[in-house]
Amino acid sequence: MSTQPEPLWEVFVRPRRGLSHTHVGSLHAPDATIALRHARDLYTRRQEGVSIWVTPAAQITASSPDEKDAFFEPAADKVYRHPTFYDVPDGVAHL
Amino acid sequence: MTATTQATGLFDYLLALGDDALVTGQRLGEWYASAPGMEEDIALANIALDQVGAARLLLSYAAEASATAMPARADGPLPFVHDGPLDEDVLAYLRDDRQYRNVQLAELPNGDFAHTIVRLLLLSAYQKLRYDTLAGSADARIAGIAGKARKESAYHLDHATVWTVRLGDGTDESHARTQAALDALWPYTTELFAPDPQLADLTEAGVAVDPPSLRESWTAVVEPVLAEATLTVPDTAWTPGGGRRGMHTEHLSFLLAEMQSLYRAHPGASW
Repeated sequence: MSTQPEPLWEVFVRPRRGLSHTHVGSLHAPDATIALRHARDLYTRRQEGVSIWVTPAAQITASSPDEKDAFFEPAADKVYRHPTFYDVPDGVAHL
Repeated sequence: MTATTQATGLFDYLLALGDDALVTGQRLGEWYASAPGMEEDIALANIALDQVGAARLLLSYAAEASATAMPARADGPLPFVHDGPLDEDVLAYLRDDRQYRNVQLAELPNGDFAHTIVRLLLLSAYQKLRYDTLAGSADARIAGIAGKARKESAYHLDHATVWTVRLGDGTDESHARTQAALDALWPYTTELFAPDPQLADLTEAGVAVDPPSLRESWTAVVEPVLAEATLTVPDTAWTPGGGRRGMHTEHLSFLLAEMQSLYRAHPGASW
């Protein structure tokens, strides 16, 4: 048995038609084909899904917790970005 | 054909189907917590549970098909005499090895991971084709069980296929181990397709599958996988067999001893 760890894969499952794929967890597998089969066994044993995506965890570029303030905080005081900020004049049927 | 011979034939046949699944499930269950990785551990346990699930349905039906003890047959398995009603547990846990009807391929020890995967390939291809045909059985209950089991077997075959290709066409080490597994297991595949004269009535009635009729389609499934895995089918004239008649390797009795010990120590135990 190889002592080299198998690559990590992130798993996304679509619970039902019409819903989007949601991240459910990760697993180790030597390649994509086996990752998909492992995902079937690990994450859809109880009929949780109708479709599975797997992607190499190494291929995901993620935001860093250190960048949290610069990334997300500036949005906090810009209430005008929400549609509810604007009053809709009476009589406007289609906006 | 009398009603008695057909009932006996049905009982025997259901045990053959059920024992193949039960013994395969028990062997795969031995990997639990010992597989090459956590993911594979769960995969093998899933397959084991599918097999045990199919075995339960088949043995339950067998128990209902024969209200009394197993009749003796000249060249058949040892008769099984049970004082009390039959059910799936009695059939699974109180029969001895000479009363089991599984093919010997199912009972051979797991060996290494390559052995386990190659055995699963050879056996699940056979089970899938058999269930595919039985899904159209004249016996509605067999057809129902097979209709459920064929989907599970298709996944077992898929799992074994992707691993066989990766192991066979992998490193020098994995190729050597997988070829050794194929060399060791291949002779036992002859038994899968051995004609069974006892099945003639059931086959004619459209209830059972004539084993030799599955060979061609089985070869068409298995050989391309072996070729893609760069494995060579061994040239061998040795053809062990006899499991359907209760003739087994020494390994089955050890398997049964472990599987049956709890039930025999505590009859009727449940949780």
